[in-house]
Amino acid sequence: MTGTIPAPAPVVGRTREGIAERLAEDLQDGYVVNLGVGIPLLVPRFLPADKEVVLHAENGVLGIGAEASPEEADPDLTDAGKQPITLISGAAITDSAMSFAIIRGGHLDCTILGALQVSASGDLANWYVPGKNPAVGGAMDLVAGTPQVWVAMEHVDRKGQPKIVPECTMPLTGKGVVTRVYTDLAVFHVVDGQLRLVECAPGVTPEDVRARTTAPYTEHLAG
Amino acid sequence: MIDKFREDILSVVDAVPSGASIAVGGFGSSGRPDGLLDALCELDRRDLHVIVNNVGHDFTGVGRLLHEGRLRRVTASFPILQEFYDEYFAGRVELELIPQGTLAERLRAGGSGIPAFFTPSGAGTMLSDGSFTLRYSPDGGVAEHVPAKETRLINGREYVLEEGIVADFGFVKAHKADRKGNLRFRLSARNFNPMAGMSGKHTLAEIEQLVEVDELHPDDIHLPGVFVDDVVMTTGKAPATEDTAATTRKAS
Repeated sequence: MTGTIPAPAPVVGRTREGIAERLAEDLQDGYVVNLGVGIPLLVPRFLPADKEVVLHAENGVLGIGAEASPEEADPDLTDAGKQPITLISGAAITDSAMSFAIIRGGHLDCTILGALQVSASGDLANWYVPGKNPAVGGAMDLVAGTPQVWVAMEHVDRKGQPKIVPECTMPLTGKGVVTRVYTDLAVFHVVDGQLRLVECAPGVTPEDVRARTTAPYTEHLAG
Repeated sequence: MIDKFREDILSVVDAVPSGASIAVGGFGSSGRPDGLLDALCELDRRDLHVIVNNVGHDFTGVGRLLHEGRLRRVTASFPILQEFYDEYFAGRVELELIPQGTLAERLRAGGSGIPAFFTPSGAGTMLSDGSFTLRYSPDGGVAEHVPAKETRLINGREYVLEEGIVADFGFVKAHKADRKGNLRFRLSARNFNPMAGMSGKHTLAEIEQLVEVDELHPDDIHLPGVFVDDVVMTTGKAPATEDTAATTRKAS
């Protein structure tokens, strides 16, 4: 399945900020978006001023503004990471059941999540490393309900092992839920349950991507 | 006359026996009823089943109950606290881990007379297939799994049957209340509080401000007093600033 593979020659793709910047290009004006921890939290800084994107936090905030300064910090106003935040004008606050009605009911446009593994058919594993502390939060609700689930992650793990794999070996968050994957090396779309390589990062070749991806996929590169 | 306001928090919490199940509001420490939780410790209650989103980051609130060995079971989505996991892996506390939206809806459903509902969250995962460990044995083996949940295909998609939660008690933290028990929350401190209040067969609310009846406009009540049995002043921090002081910035 996903045995250890020898490390291919080094390749330098996008930075973590670069992954967030590339993903932000694809968010459309008017989107309502929920962000997971990790690279997804870098996305807001790359949103262009001409796009109005509303950020949702699962603890019941629709319309997160900038991080609160120490003077602005209010213990009654935090994001899902328990950090003090401000609100944008036009924001709304809900209770947790309404917040998850928004999520599960398909009222968000997009959720952006980190991942441990993504499978060839768009299965996602991102909540639990066996042997470590289990915690799920809202991840399973987000992937079950949101029409577009975009993963932002490093292409390989810290040991150089592929994270885009034929089948997830880590416990699943959801089956067939991922619609796009943005990594330091490439962009994939999942169409009809199958992975498509649609873009390589600048300076990265399709062969570089192939050498670091154990999942089967087809190439649909522009140009 | 209906007057649910009580002066003494300990005599109110004294109604909660050891072994009770308690639905607790809050997201992390935001909106968490620490005064009521501390009172459980002062009254030496034990063997508790707490239903709450997080155990917390430290030994306050639910973390204090854990630290003092007062918990039998935690139903949560994101426990966080390392000592909680140490106790869980040692077999001294049970963990029923459920998706956060499922937690909110199970509390809401339980308080709404709905015994169970189907949700897509967790379908095809170890949180529904019976493989998640509820309780470890002291030697590190698995003593008991969370039972597998019933599933059903509806319009070709798999859904999980989740049961509503009716807790013995609901513990709630609110910003304002009147003597009829009508509650208003503030900003994101609302979170799970309305659901915890609905779930409890007997609900206790700790509040920051007691206001005159009619001062809360009927349109502005988040949880009507019909869900609330006792109201006490919080023993925690000073009352927060008014709603109008909510920090608002133009989108940049």
